Amino acid sequence: MAVIERPHGGVATPQAPVSKEYMGWESWLTTVDHKKIGIIYMVAAFIFFLIGGIEALLMRMQLGTPNNTFLSPDVYNQMMTMHGTTMVFLVVMPFNVGLANYIVPLMIGARDMAFPRLNALSVWLFLFGGLMLYFSFMAGGAPAMGWFAYAPLTMKQFSPTFGVDYWIIGLLLTGVASIAGALNFVVTILNMRAPGMSINRMPLFVWMTLITAFLLVFAFPSLTAGQIALFFDRHFETRFFNPAQGGDAILWMHLFWFFGHPEVYILILPTMGIISEVLSTFSRKPIFGYAFVAYSGVSIGFLGFLVWSHHMFAVGLGPLANAFFAAASMLIAIPTGVKIFNWIATMYLGTIDLKTPMYYGIAFVAMFIIGGISGITLASPPVNLQQTDSYYVVAHFHYVLFGGAIFGIFAGLYYWFPKFTGRMYNELLGKIQFWLTFISFNVTFFPMHITGTNGMPRRIYTYEAGMGWDLYNLISTIGSFAMAVGVLVLVWNAITSVRNGAIAPNDPWDGASLEWAVPSPPPAHNFDKTPIVYSRRPLWDIKYPDLDAAHEIGTRAISRRERMEQEMAKMGEQLGEDHIHLPSQTYNPLIVAFGLLVAGFGAIYIATPFAFIASLIGLFIMGVGIVGWVRDSHKDSPYLVSH
Amino acid sequence: MSAPTTTHGDESHAPAHVAPAHPSVGSLGVDSRKLGVWAFIGSETLFFAALIVIYLINVPVNMARADAQDPKELLGIAFTSILAAILLASSLTMVLALAASKRKDMRQFTIWHLATIGLGLCFLGGQVYEFTHLYEEGLTLSSSMLGTTFFVLTGFHGTHVAIGATWLFATWLKVRKYPDSPENLMDIELAGLYWHFVDLVWVAIFTLIYLI
Repeated sequence: MAVIERPHGGVATPQAPVSKEYMGWESWLTTVDHKKIGIIYMVAAFIFFLIGGIEALLMRMQLGTPNNTFLSPDVYNQMMTMHGTTMVFLVVMPFNVGLANYIVPLMIGARDMAFPRLNALSVWLFLFGGLMLYFSFMAGGAPAMGWFAYAPLTMKQFSPTFGVDYWIIGLLLTGVASIAGALNFVVTILNMRAPGMSINRMPLFVWMTLITAFLLVFAFPSLTAGQIALFFDRHFETRFFNPAQGGDAILWMHLFWFFGHPEVYILILPTMGIISEVLSTFSRKPIFGYAFVAYSGVSIGFLGFLVWSHHMFAVGLGPLANAFFAAASMLIAIPTGVKIFNWIATMYLGTIDLKTPMYYGIAFVAMFIIGGISGITLASPPVNLQQTDSYYVVAHFHYVLFGGAIFGIFAGLYYWFPKFTGRMYNELLGKIQFWLTFISFNVTFFPMHITGTNGMPRRIYTYEAGMGWDLYNLISTIGSFAMAVGVLVLVWNAITSVRNGAIAPNDPWDGASLEWAVPSPPPAHNFDKTPIVYSRRPLWDIKYPDLDAAHEIGTRAISRRERMEQEMAKMGEQLGEDHIHLPSQTYNPLIVAFGLLVAGFGAIYIATPFAFIASLIGLFIMGVGIVGWVRDSHKDSPYLVSH
Repeated sequence: MSAPTTTHGDESHAPAHVAPAHPSVGSLGVDSRKLGVWAFIGSETLFFAALIVIYLINVPVNMARADAQDPKELLGIAFTSILAAILLASSLTMVLALAASKRKDMRQFTIWHLATIGLGLCFLGGQVYEFTHLYEEGLTLSSSMLGTTFFVLTGFHGTHVAIGATWLFATWLKVRKYPDSPENLMDIELAGLYWHFVDLVWVAIFTLIYLI
């Protein structure tokens, strides 16, 4: 445990020396630092993004021409399942978590996450869960039942390989990681805020991360319960989802979508937070209607739990259920629309600085409107019955998840790249990548609205010529390869910029939130002095004390300095911590995660003698890790150290 | 972990016995670990809610089938009432253990804390006995919808009792080794919080499955 003394006061920006032990390769395996954990999340998620992208390209090659035989039906199904599962669980979710891990503690003026070792456990469990899922390719075949794993297709007789088991156990591991991570964010955001950083002064990215964390905490258990029931069905002959013996396939749909619909907000809300930061920074204006944007997020999160059956209109739940879920789904358009109007109003009359993150921010708003409108049409049961399971649905969710979530992530990646790496990215390459991605995204996915409306079902490995789908599919395939080129440009930009990019200052965009107050990249302990916050834009208070602060109509404008003084008087003397305790580096979270991985393999092969040994070894490794973990916590405890 | 001075001028909001005793009271005026355990309990509630709902919706499904097994016949109330009483009693001993540790009465604390663990183990032993008995009677995981939903629900509850007992035992070891640590009170309180939750789940299961 290292202890650094620090003085009280405002925000300091001196360069702190980076110690050597903080940078070696071993430091990545033993790290409990939220910034390095964030980087691990993001790099891993990006690699999974490339893999999931390759799977998509293989599917597009197969679908580019009718009656194609490039992929066999079984391989196509594996690609389709793995593409969906990867992009949802291993790309968008962890990338958002990685960004939040890095940025949220900085934004709220915290030293680290509330539970640094738990944070390390989360990242390793996510990584091992993802690798386990991919190991299925070498163990008899990947899952091939689609990312939502409808029963009874998941039964042993229809899915005889271990693919489904890898899917269950791999996602259980990432699920534990997600819940642990979400608990960490809830506690961090509620409890680790710097003095003066009240809930209503938090940056909107922090707000959206908090809402997402609550969604994760309450939505994931439903998937976990379903997966456990499914696992028992496959291995202990229970009957949960086996209709032949009294089980119910629709029960799985309810369990899955009770998780699955909040999940789409888990994917999109953090990126809405990113966009709120980016649009405000590059319009050089405070966000328009801060409270409306924040509380719209809350209402989206709340309503998100009441709409799951709109994925099941075709099941025939009856007019009453359909009417309820249709109405609730359409209701979500209101808070979403509120946000979109606020973003547009933020840009209106702003001094717009068209940097790459801003390009993606504006594109996010535009694409999300298209995806949102097709979503509204799908919320109407009669329309839904026409469009369900067609390419129209594929078009819809790619507009919200690629045009929305991924564009938002790209915006965040460019926006915070200087903070993460200490280097500026190449603006020209960034813009080239934007235009490539933006145009080819629309070339790929817009035609799917038409193929879907013309009746092309989703999840088919090939189709007959002359159905009117040929040209549109070819266009989609061409577009997807252009998008891949865009991704390569991004990789090239990232690599060359990390090596030779211009040195990034602390605050390249003239930002207003606290992450721009620290060096790029920040030192291990983040802030030399505990920042004290007097407004929603703490860094502007310091940089521009003479600038007018927002004021009520008809009242006298006051400067930021004046308002800060008023706030200081109101808040009384605020003291931050005067010691910074850095928790020791440790292998133990990694060991615990590895033990769970080994035990997980035991669970997959539960019918074999190997299972018992693997489970025992796994639990033993986990036990060793937990004992070591407790020792670490003793080592870092001020009381126990002194005794 | 963090320094004893983490409080940001919010000490006045925190309960008097927590603020000086435990280091990580934060901007909400609550101990961070306590907040974390509460959020975790929220998540666990949804998990058990899902399993209980699966059981309940399958009650009529089970009864309508040719291979129906009647819970009223198979699941005896007498024996599970004793189990319920044991688990409820363990909640009481847990409260007494925490109260004793607040008084710094280590002898009483040890008695009540170990009694809690002992009662938990009695419950688990009773559950193993009940499961064996039911298997002999022909109720298995695959014998009917009742077997499927009953064993998975109560089995997962039993697993949670076992985890809770392990947690309590680990807490006892730590308190025994460092009797003067200011963290003890919070350690005991958190393990107890989880223990009460596990008991509460049993109250729900007992009411919905055995009584109704």
